[in-house]
Amino acid sequence: MVKLFNRLQASLKKTREGTFKKLNRIFTAKRKIDDDLLDEIEEILIAGDVGVETTLDIIDKLKQRVRDEKYETSDELECLIRDEIKNILIVPASQDKQGLQIVLVVGVNGTGKTTSIAKLAHKYKSEGKSVLLAAADTFRAAAIEQLSVWAERVNCEIIKHQDGADPSAVVFDAISAAQARSVDYLIIDTAGRLHTKSNLMAELTKIFRVINKRIPDAPDQVILVLDASTGQNAVNQAKEFQQVARVDSIFLAKLDGTAKGGVVLAINKELQIPVKYIGTGEKVDDMEEFDPGSFVEGLFVKE
Amino acid sequence: MLEDLTQKLETVFQKLRGYGTLTEKNVADSMKEIRRALLEADVNYKVVKDFVSSVQDKAIGQDVLRSVTPGQMIVKIVHSELIDLLGETSTQIKIAGIPPTIVMLAGLQGCGKTTFAGKLAQFFRKKGRHPMLVAADVYRPAAIEQLKVVGKSLDIPVYSEDSGEPVKICSQAIAEARQQTCDLLILDTAGRLHIDDEMMRELEEIKEKVKPHEILFVADGMTGQDAVNSAKEFCTRLEFDGIVLTKLDGDTRGGAALSIRAVTQKPIKFIGVGEKYDAIEQFFPDRMASRILGMGDVVTLVEKAQETIDQEKAARLEKKILKQDFNLEDFFDQLQQIKKMGPLDQLLGMIPGVGSQLSGMNVDDRSFVSIEAIINSMTVLERRNPKILNGSRRRRIAMGSGTSVQEINRLLNQFGQMKKMLKNMRRMPRKGMGNVPFNMG
Repeated sequence: MVKLFNRLQASLKKTREGTFKKLNRIFTAKRKIDDDLLDEIEEILIAGDVGVETTLDIIDKLKQRVRDEKYETSDELECLIRDEIKNILIVPASQDKQGLQIVLVVGVNGTGKTTSIAKLAHKYKSEGKSVLLAAADTFRAAAIEQLSVWAERVNCEIIKHQDGADPSAVVFDAISAAQARSVDYLIIDTAGRLHTKSNLMAELTKIFRVINKRIPDAPDQVILVLDASTGQNAVNQAKEFQQVARVDSIFLAKLDGTAKGGVVLAINKELQIPVKYIGTGEKVDDMEEFDPGSFVEGLFVKE
Repeated sequence: MLEDLTQKLETVFQKLRGYGTLTEKNVADSMKEIRRALLEADVNYKVVKDFVSSVQDKAIGQDVLRSVTPGQMIVKIVHSELIDLLGETSTQIKIAGIPPTIVMLAGLQGCGKTTFAGKLAQFFRKKGRHPMLVAADVYRPAAIEQLKVVGKSLDIPVYSEDSGEPVKICSQAIAEARQQTCDLLILDTAGRLHIDDEMMRELEEIKEKVKPHEILFVADGMTGQDAVNSAKEFCTRLEFDGIVLTKLDGDTRGGAALSIRAVTQKPIKFIGVGEKYDAIEQFFPDRMASRILGMGDVVTLVEKAQETIDQEKAARLEKKILKQDFNLEDFFDQLQQIKKMGPLDQLLGMIPGVGSQLSGMNVDDRSFVSIEAIINSMTVLERRNPKILNGSRRRRIAMGSGTSVQEINRLLNQFGQMKKMLKNMRRMPRKGMGNVPFNMG
């Protein structure tokens, strides 16, 4: 447990050391609030991939409140920023459904879907649930093998067809198997697809339809895996995936680099999709639940 | 790709061109808008700052305000600064005097190294080389398997060991390449974070022991502001020779291209523009600058045409056009050739002026599907002589192709117009093979 905490701290530290350490430095300087300071904050937010629009929005609100509530020094500003960011972040709804839960994992190429699935499976397993994986990425070379290796490592079963098979057929079989074996979680790995390819997005719609036909209201969760280093394009990705498949939450992967993942703010603001998990490394337990409150708090810890 | 940035800059330019005279405020406002457009395209904020200030300096220095066409002058300055930023000329891969030439790929996880390795191998094989792929990613589950599958589907040899040190694998691959007389070795290394010291050291070690002739840094084209951090670190550790940007076929604005180039000062050599193995383009800074500014990229288009279009068929077609017996069969052939050149929206984006008009429209290769279905539902006689298509034949074709008589009429109309156009072309002086009609409706 201590190890777990340390790792989270370590990975958050990088985020902190990036954007927010800079923020801290500004704040502790006890500067007067002027345009220069606000410009600096704007620059820092933009450098964290927060995006121009969201940044300007935050800055405008800051200005407004500074004017209305008569704040004067930079350290007062810190609370304000923390407040504003917390306001934007949405808390994911908790799920407590009984019986089979179908989790569909989607995303563009190379964001870390398969690794994230392994992490999810590991998490569910450690909660004492039974997990079945469905290898519905039949397109990319050796994607099925990759998931199979993970299945073996986290010790859960996997439903797979051969390369090039119809992913919907894999999903269909997987649901039958999940029902027959009465597992708690069925996690479906889909092929990475750029959100602009209409034919691949149509394939996703079909997978969605097949699931829906077998079990109305399913999938119970659609998780979009985002690479933390992605820029403003992540907003487009979320938008497009939401259109074809409904997206319930985001798995923000690769947060262990220097990337800040600030684009999540823009997505929260524009599309109201909460971040549920963060990926912090390559091992199966390198994953944490995303909690907006402690996340922002953690970011602002002074060192 | 890049449409949004193009569109935004075009709006700025249009405004600028509209002014008879420019005030300093006009210039300042447009600089602000350019800044915003670049930031929204994920260009690093420091790079943007430098870019805008250098455009501004030049604009003031050249007495833009007093020139006859001030707007045009600024567009020109932005264009040349953009080329400057992207690098002047295109640079090729160094080929070693004594084979094999060793190309090493490195980058973050999930940036598309393995797919690119396949593309690069295919690219060089087309140029007459004998590539071999080396699976040096011993960490990610099934990474070796993935490269093997790539090699198998392209029929390119892959050197791999089930386990072992990447450095050793790479060294042994060189001997194997000599034995199989392969003259190009592509090392696919594991994805790694730039702050992972141990993994970065492994790359340094490979570089030291294997001495690759060319090290390419592969980066995801959708990367945001962080692109500069990883690129800089890879650059200081490896001193790579060039940059590869992948996944540029989405709707990313590709600002990472500008950022990475600016902080590393290394040339961008290739871009990946699709999932298929031939979706690789050599990078030409001037062409890219033109594309970003909405000026189109005719050169690439023509090259694509030359690469894919069957010269013999083209010659035969030319003769047919001269003799005026161009029929639906030839039309069908042409469709297939255009399709081979790449996704339609990418092709159209290269035509000057079309790029920005295209945004929002969903141009899809499927616009070909109904045309193909219609022609496929015709008899040979009908294809060669569309004149015999009477009402009942049209109804039959509509049923057979799952379309409507109206659609068939529309196609025939278009075809008629195209024939007329070709007839006119006959009178014009011809240069080479310029007869690929793009009139698809």
